[in-house]
Amino acid sequence: MGPNLSRGALIALAFLLLLVFLVAPLVLVFTRALEDGPGAVLAALAQPDALAAIRLTLLVAAIAVPLNLVFGLAASWALAKFRFPGRSLLVTLIDLPLSVSPVVSGLVYVLVFGAQGLVGPWFIAHGIKIMFAVPGIVLATVFVTLPYVARELIPLMEAQGRLEEEAALTLGASGWQTFRRVTLPNVRWGLLYGVLLCNARAMGEFGAVSVVSGHIKGLTNTMPLQIEVLYNEYNLPAAFTVAGLLALLALVTLAAKSLLEWHIGADHLPSRR
Amino acid sequence: MKIDISGLICRYGTTPAITGVDLAIADGEFVALLGPSGSGKTTLLRAMAGLELPEAGSLAFDGADALGLPPNQRGVGFVFQHYALFKHMTVAENIGFGLSIRPRGRRPDKAAIAAKVAELLELVQLPGLGRRYPQQLSGGQRQRVALARALAIEPRLLLLDEPFGALDTQVRTELRLWLKDLHRRLGVTSVFVTHDQEEAIELADRIVVMRQGRIEQVGTPAEVYAAPASPFVYGFLGQAHHIACTVADGTARIGEVVLARDLTLADGPAAAWFRPHAVELEPEGPALDGTLVDLNAIGPRVRATISYEGKSVTAELEAAPENAIGRHCKWRPRGVQVFNSE
Amino acid sequence: MARRRVLPGLPGTLGFTLAYLALMVLLPLAALVLRAGEIGLGGFAAQIGNARVEAAFRASFGIAAVAAVIDSFVGLLVAWVLVRYRFWGRRLLDALVDLPIALPTAVAGIALTELYADTGWFGAPLAALGLRVAFTPLGIGVALAFVGLPFVVRAVEPVLVDLDRDVEEAAATLGATPWQIFRRIILPPLWPALLTGFTLAFGRGIGEYGSVIFIAGNMPGLSEIVPLLIVVKLEQFDVTGAAVLGTVMLVASFAIMLAINALQSWSQRRLGA
Repeated sequence: MGPNLSRGALIALAFLLLLVFLVAPLVLVFTRALEDGPGAVLAALAQPDALAAIRLTLLVAAIAVPLNLVFGLAASWALAKFRFPGRSLLVTLIDLPLSVSPVVSGLVYVLVFGAQGLVGPWFIAHGIKIMFAVPGIVLATVFVTLPYVARELIPLMEAQGRLEEEAALTLGASGWQTFRRVTLPNVRWGLLYGVLLCNARAMGEFGAVSVVSGHIKGLTNTMPLQIEVLYNEYNLPAAFTVAGLLALLALVTLAAKSLLEWHIGADHLPSRR
Repeated sequence: MKIDISGLICRYGTTPAITGVDLAIADGEFVALLGPSGSGKTTLLRAMAGLELPEAGSLAFDGADALGLPPNQRGVGFVFQHYALFKHMTVAENIGFGLSIRPRGRRPDKAAIAAKVAELLELVQLPGLGRRYPQQLSGGQRQRVALARALAIEPRLLLLDEPFGALDTQVRTELRLWLKDLHRRLGVTSVFVTHDQEEAIELADRIVVMRQGRIEQVGTPAEVYAAPASPFVYGFLGQAHHIACTVADGTARIGEVVLARDLTLADGPAAAWFRPHAVELEPEGPALDGTLVDLNAIGPRVRATISYEGKSVTAELEAAPENAIGRHCKWRPRGVQVFNSE
Repeated sequence: MARRRVLPGLPGTLGFTLAYLALMVLLPLAALVLRAGEIGLGGFAAQIGNARVEAAFRASFGIAAVAAVIDSFVGLLVAWVLVRYRFWGRRLLDALVDLPIALPTAVAGIALTELYADTGWFGAPLAALGLRVAFTPLGIGVALAFVGLPFVVRAVEPVLVDLDRDVEEAAATLGATPWQIFRRIILPPLWPALLTGFTLAFGRGIGEYGSVIFIAGNMPGLSEIVPLLIVVKLEQFDVTGAAVLGTVMLVASFAIMLAINALQSWSQRRLGA
């Protein structure tokens, strides 16, 4: 086979496989969602349970993402700009939530805050609901999205070194001024990228939230859980409508992600090289 | 500002970078820290700025302890080897940075900062480049921005880490002269690190020759060149050769050939060091036997390569000798400096 | 005197990082292991030795392995096409690869189920050929292959990019055929990355929940995966049983993380030489 022919065949094969494997499910979601027309879509989303699920998803993301953003900044400063024993162990620990099954991620919080958990009984005795309530969902989401910002920032800050920070110090800047005016601007794209991924996972998390949620309609169902509820009720159009909304989020995330990768380049996103 | 360093020791992990350095620098002096890589010169420089934390020793600025001060309180301007300009700020913002981060009470207003930045841009001969970003400048231009940035805070000490290391020869030469002139005008105590002895000789009031974490010699360029304290310094400052000889009663000889007299060295084996331009070919009196291996005309001089006891000795002569290449010749070095063999 | 640092802020950021990690990661994981350990080694073994549990592990690990193998082949092809060739749509293809990661698992779950159900776009023709996908172990495999693909592609890509084309050209001038060049010059340095990708896909597969539970038949002993079994046990208030399974999954995650670290340092050494 001439090189051009085999090249063309391989490209065609790759496209075909991706189309079949990856794109078809996406196409199906949108097709089913729009089956009964845009009117039905709006009606489905306007249902009180759907609205509650959307609100809850947004709330959880609005808490989890900023928390992990602050954590990511602090952790990357400590781990990327300094050397000390145990450093690589900490980096590994931060990556841990990524490799743990989502169900286990939820389970561990049940074991801490549940009725038979480590500190659960204390909370229950004081009338504070953690499990099967919003706080539990937030906690589980924070756990599974914990690594995303840190993972982007640590290699980036490491690659950028300490010289600019040292220069700022010699010019009289305090630590905080150095961080705010020298370090932060240098990592802003990596930061945005990490927040993007963190948010996508926070809004789309299913397994961990499913375990801690209690599935109380209208109260403790996030959008992914609401999809499950609707699906199990055989309310397929509504299920796919909510799914379509999340799929849209996924596409926006992908587009923003690609944009950042192509236009910013390897210097600012070393984890993507 | 004068600097006093005593017994300074710095380590990287378990490897010592500076072991016991003592140095005094007078106000307004322009000092060069000269040495090969690994000599500790950059570590010493960074320690003065507070970017390295010594294990032991003392460092005083105008008599007051400086070791206790963090880098942002030492009033030291540091010019990094690769400039370390803030990539996301314009040239003007870079230069003005040190002024813009001062606490409210001491901070000049925007107009004053802008004026100062313009003044410095003029000083470093980059007028009008304030709006550019570092990536848009050449190496030489970036170097001058880095200098302007350090000068903006009116430091009492200016430290430069291999300031011209990353530049082309021509740019380097121009900037050297310019820096020397700048120092003369500003009068700030300045210390710079270099591995280029020519640069050190040309710029510095005094040279500190360092090797393996220690100071080998401190002196004016003339002193260090003409009266080196050790073979290492001799060899590092300009081209040099050395041959084995013997010292007896204050005279260094090789057989009948007398190389130097009135020495205060111990008797025994020694090394005679000399420079290429001090080699005589076919001199009068006892001389050493060698073979003329090569002749090269370099501008107004002639470089002769002589093979002597398996070594190559280059001589810089005023005129081409009569000896034929490949034939035996007689030669003798003048102005020899003798050191006991270690 | 405590060791001072040149750059400020280490104690604060490190302290915060440690506290955050201890609270959000270490504490819950400790609760898991403690709970599982309560019943002692004998009880632990009894839990795992149960037939249903064993079947779940076989299903989870076995199908994940097969899916990861398929992903390795497809992923290598896709990575090859993306790195080696320039063609219209290349950027689109590149962005699509990340779709399974960006798409929420529940969305993927219902979409794949509908796609491969007996009445689905793909399920119908396959059923006509006698192949039932949805609600069988095959369906689980398809779902796990879906979520695992990006890991292989992204693991192999950077190594492919770094390959020295000169060596391939030299081999060609010495008379090697394209297949020989691929097998003996290109593939060897790719092995560590391929294995890393395989391991990442496998690790993701064993713990996957949302994408799988809709398409799996969830029949105990046949198509029930471990994460589902954990959820089932929780619903039955067998918290200890769930904790035992969770601990095993946690250990598996650790082992996989270690394997990936080892593979990556092997890769560094191979390529760094």
